[in-house]
Amino acid sequence: MMSEGSSFMKGMVLGGIFCLVMSFFENFNSGTHSEVHEHLHHHLKPLSKDELEKLSESQMSDLPLQVRVYCLIMVTPKLLVHWATANDTWSKHCDKSVFYTSESSKALEAVDLQEQDEWARLRKAIKHAYENAGDLRWFFVARPTTFAIIENLKYLVLDKDPSQPFYIGHTEKSGELDYVEYDSGIVLSYEAMRRLIEMFKDEDRCPERGHALWKTSEEKQLATCLKYSGVFAENGEDAQGKGLFNKKSVSSLISDSMGQNPADVVEACCSDMAITFAGMSPSQMQVLMYGVYRLRPYGHDFHDSLTFLPPKDSDND
Amino acid sequence: MRSFKRHILFLSGIVVSVLLSKTCLLVLRTLTPSFAMTDSYTSTVRHGVKNRTAALDLSQKVRVLCWVMTQPQHLKSRTQHIRATWGRRCNIVLYMSSEASDFPTVGLNVSEGRNQLYWKTIRAFQHIHMHHLDDADWFLKADDDTFVVLENLRYGLSKHNTEEPLYFGRRFKPFVAQGYMSGGAGYVLSKEALRRFVKGFADGLCSHDTNIEDIGLGKCMETMKVQLGDSRDVLGRQTFHPYPPHYYLTRQLPRPRPWYLLYEHYHPVEGPGCCSDLAISFHYIDAVQMHTLEYYTYHLHPYGYKYRFNPDERSDNRNNN
Repeated sequence: MMSEGSSFMKGMVLGGIFCLVMSFFENFNSGTHSEVHEHLHHHLKPLSKDELEKLSESQMSDLPLQVRVYCLIMVTPKLLVHWATANDTWSKHCDKSVFYTSESSKALEAVDLQEQDEWARLRKAIKHAYENAGDLRWFFVARPTTFAIIENLKYLVLDKDPSQPFYIGHTEKSGELDYVEYDSGIVLSYEAMRRLIEMFKDEDRCPERGHALWKTSEEKQLATCLKYSGVFAENGEDAQGKGLFNKKSVSSLISDSMGQNPADVVEACCSDMAITFAGMSPSQMQVLMYGVYRLRPYGHDFHDSLTFLPPKDSDND
Repeated sequence: MRSFKRHILFLSGIVVSVLLSKTCLLVLRTLTPSFAMTDSYTSTVRHGVKNRTAALDLSQKVRVLCWVMTQPQHLKSRTQHIRATWGRRCNIVLYMSSEASDFPTVGLNVSEGRNQLYWKTIRAFQHIHMHHLDDADWFLKADDDTFVVLENLRYGLSKHNTEEPLYFGRRFKPFVAQGYMSGGAGYVLSKEALRRFVKGFADGLCSHDTNIEDIGLGKCMETMKVQLGDSRDVLGRQTFHPYPPHYYLTRQLPRPRPWYLLYEHYHPVEGPGCCSDLAISFHYIDAVQMHTLEYYTYHLHPYGYKYRFNPDERSDNRNNN
């Protein structure tokens, strides 16, 4: 009787120790994981007015020259009207804007990547942009159904060093993965681009054509490749925490605000320094162009510390 | 010798007539009061100084009374959005309806309906003349689906004398010999024009001879010798608009005038050149668009952007590329 009991006890003790050791080991592992995940900035905001005012005269005049943006606009002939609208409106405010297409169109100029797969096309465009960047250090990736206010993008990254990895936009979560939504535009620094292109060589972690039965969207594939190279998604927002990158149209956001904040529709809706809107029709985009760059009340001045000049040969801004 | 003299006389005749007609045209052009005039009547605008105090100065020097043509059924769906946006920028705002209410609305002794619109206009102006003549300098009429930028209206009016019989808006050609201003786009009367309108009805010179309020008012203005002003900016771009922005701004291939531009007195421009940066009004604006335009005009801003159009810096206009 006694030996049966003690073996039982020995078994229990051994089992107990085993469990303890296992759980201790697991904790140790997840501890290091969370350290890797933890990064300093999840929410990225622009310089404050005070910080801007502290800059010297020479720093002030240098800044607009240092923050220069290369726009990659991913088009297809199906989106011809939006393509033409992006070409005629906001893309003129990029320091360099290049349209990358799946197949060429006689109507509009673009770099023909001759690639139907969206992820493969994005990879090619990114490589092309990096190789043709010249001295531009910030990259903005968008579809022509997005409208971007480049001056506000520049303001957001004004004090950020492009030789550091930055991957900014409207962030969403998919399981463990934080990714930037494609529809509201993706901002990448020069360093992020460099690391990404390095990672493109890794066919296991960042394959060009997935082997899975289902296809992951390009925005998630991009986030995964960047994550493996130590670059994490950050949400672009203003000083009040309002998102600057929007995947909805202005009227959609206003309409939502009318339902949720009827007493303060415009205040609650959208940032004064908004960078992107999406899902707008071509004519709505032309109205937005007028609304951003022209329509204003006489006598109101924003007292901005920097100046960005209007682009040459443009009649709608 | 005689044929030589004849030739000389003939040639000098041509020269004189050319000079005369050019002078006539020049005189005629300066005779039309316009928003593009560069001499400021009230000289509140100082060169190079652009901040909110310029806008505040103007609101004290150029007082505008706005009256909005509305009805009880529209207060919730339309008028409240005006009250939340541009209505509060008027020096005085009156919401005119068939019934008085706590909105607040002024009750006119008129019933509702499209055929009552001119009666409403007549009664509204009579009410304003009786109660508010000295409270403002200019008197704006707008619909409950019109969006107005008051600062730009004041800027345009600042160059004019309210004691003169003047009226501004979007000028239409037909129905009235001298033309008339579109009702939907909003129109504004000087103090003297308001006096003459009311006097016209009091003396029987004007009467309710149509249901179409903008034509009716336009006819009375003509009878009472009130002059139509030119509200276009220094680049000839329109400020009052009877339709929403996308009707005008969308680029078009050269084409015959679409139906909504058929009444235009001034030659219309389609595409970006249609509309002034300092636009004053748009019409057929629903609730969502009202707040959207408010956001575009007063909030959404491209950081540091140097605007191309700077009407106070005259040299800029020539360098516009």
